[in-house]
Amino acid sequence: MDFILQPWPWYVSGPFISIILFLFFYFGKNFGVSTNLETMCTMAGAGKISDYFKKDWKERDWAIVFLVGLLIGGYIAINYLSATPGIDLNPTTVNELAELGFADAGKAYVPSEIYSIENMLTLKGFAILLVAGILIGFGTRYADGCTSGHAITGLSSFQLPSLIAVIGFFVGGLIMIWVLFPLIFG
Amino acid sequence: MKNLKFLVIGIVFGIILSKSEAVSWYRIYEMFKFQSFHMYGIIGSAVTISAVFMYFFKSGKIKDYLGNQINIKEKKKGFIRTLVGGTLFGLGWALAGACPAPVFVLIGHGILPMVIVLLGALLGTFIYGLLSKKLPH
Repeated sequence: MDFILQPWPWYVSGPFISIILFLFFYFGKNFGVSTNLETMCTMAGAGKISDYFKKDWKERDWAIVFLVGLLIGGYIAINYLSATPGIDLNPTTVNELAELGFADAGKAYVPSEIYSIENMLTLKGFAILLVAGILIGFGTRYADGCTSGHAITGLSSFQLPSLIAVIGFFVGGLIMIWVLFPLIFG
Repeated sequence: MKNLKFLVIGIVFGIILSKSEAVSWYRIYEMFKFQSFHMYGIIGSAVTISAVFMYFFKSGKIKDYLGNQINIKEKKKGFIRTLVGGTLFGLGWALAGACPAPVFVLIGHGILPMVIVLLGALLGTFIYGLLSKKLPH
């Protein structure tokens, strides 16, 4: 039981993720999470404004159930399966983040400098959250997939579009962390 | 209820993503700083083992639960869409420290501001839908 309560090493987590992929395909579905954002737009009535969303979301009702599962899984993990909330980061990372203004790096899953309620209620804090979301939503639809659809499913089935997309993921991520972070948070 | 299995898969996936710390903003930062092997190990091992599954799916040695051939959907082709779209997503992934699945898992953790990220993601998806015919792909 203690093993479950501790953070899982990568060589346990990675294989478990591929079992999730296996189950998706075994039950006749493709593994990909970002398409669900499109389904949620369709459910909210986006089809009235744009033909792009004129789809029958009921064909993807299983995916909405899966999303509810993610919420419950997160709730269970943080409340019942975590002995310590901290992340064991590289000390260099902790020091660098301190210089950027992120105190107590690794004390929780996410930094309070971005994810506290007080921060959400400031103009800059709110804008960061919203813009990050817009980039995720727009980028995944444009690229036709996210980490699950491209990096895991696409790469493991040797699809060239996924290799290009994952290179893009890294170009964007590196620009954000190395170039933009010091401008946004410094 | 035929979708119950997807509820269970979602719950298990949410637990895996939490316990692996792949939902942690800090782990994503550390990955893009090349200061830890953790995320590379997770993604690398997941891709490697999934590639073995894909081989069995494609060769028909493993069928789906109804006994049908498993088809892997082909990703949409297009250099601009995948590179530009991928880059935009990468910017958001690094800033939010979360990709789509972790957004939901972290709302489950009780991190309320993540709801704003989700609303932004829905807005971004909607904007893409509006512009999709005008964008180069």
